Amino acid sequence: MDNIASTIQVVPLNHYILLSAILFSIGVMGVLIRRNAIIIFMCIELMLNSVNLLLVAFSAYSGDASGQVFVFFIMALAAAEVAVGLAIIVMVYRNTSSIDINILNRLKW
Amino acid sequence: MSLFYLVAFLSILFSLLVIFTKNPVYSVLYLIATFFTFTIHYILLNAQFLAIVNFIVYMGAIMVLFLFVLMLMNLNKDTEPMKSNLLKIAGVIAGGTLLVTLVSSIKALQTSAVATTTNSQIGLVGNLGKVLFREFLLPFEISSILLLSAMVGAVLLAKKDKRTQNG
Repeated sequence: MDNIASTIQVVPLNHYILLSAILFSIGVMGVLIRRNAIIIFMCIELMLNSVNLLLVAFSAYSGDASGQVFVFFIMALAAAEVAVGLAIIVMVYRNTSSIDINILNRLKW
Repeated sequence: MSLFYLVAFLSILFSLLVIFTKNPVYSVLYLIATFFTFTIHYILLNAQFLAIVNFIVYMGAIMVLFLFVLMLMNLNKDTEPMKSNLLKIAGVIAGGTLLVTLVSSIKALQTSAVATTTNSQIGLVGNLGKVLFREFLLPFEISSILLLSAMVGAVLLAKKDKRTQNG
């Protein structure tokens, strides 16, 4: 327990912020370069998780438990979001036989 | 100390593999690996409750849901449509610009180098439960309503529509 807790005493907080920023940017890149709707959805999950990691790091470094409670709520929200989003993707696949997001531009008309 | 940098390298590597692998099933598997590295990060930060919840909810439930939908649609082939190279490069440049902006704003920020208050017992189940059920009781109950409405909505959306099936 003691050597686990000593990690936050040697790693600066800046490195956690940097790691979260890199992972968030990778999620944004994934949303921009892929056309498969499920992959885009997974990249959104990746962005949510990088924010979770940042909140936990802030909470551990400042000694405040509220950040970890926020992460708990974000996880509940992500579960709800995945259920509804995947239902929408199944619906789109049933109507268009594809989950290519370029087909979805027919939603304009 | 070096364990953090190793795990951080692994999370960046796996998340890059998620967005650059062509086969969607491999993408889901790499995303599971990424979430496992997040679990290790939580353990290193001594947030044990969140580590277990992350393990069960993300790797257990959400990723199985993704994999299930992907297999159900029979999309596990390499010939999925990809964007043109120009759009890919533009996307990478846009993401890189966001990263540069974030990093430069971090540089301007003055944060303390290491932890000031070392109350390492915060992330344990008992302490977190006390905070959750005392200060955050109302949001906790509202999130239960959110989960119920999401369940109803998912069933309603994924149900077969009789009219469109017949006509």
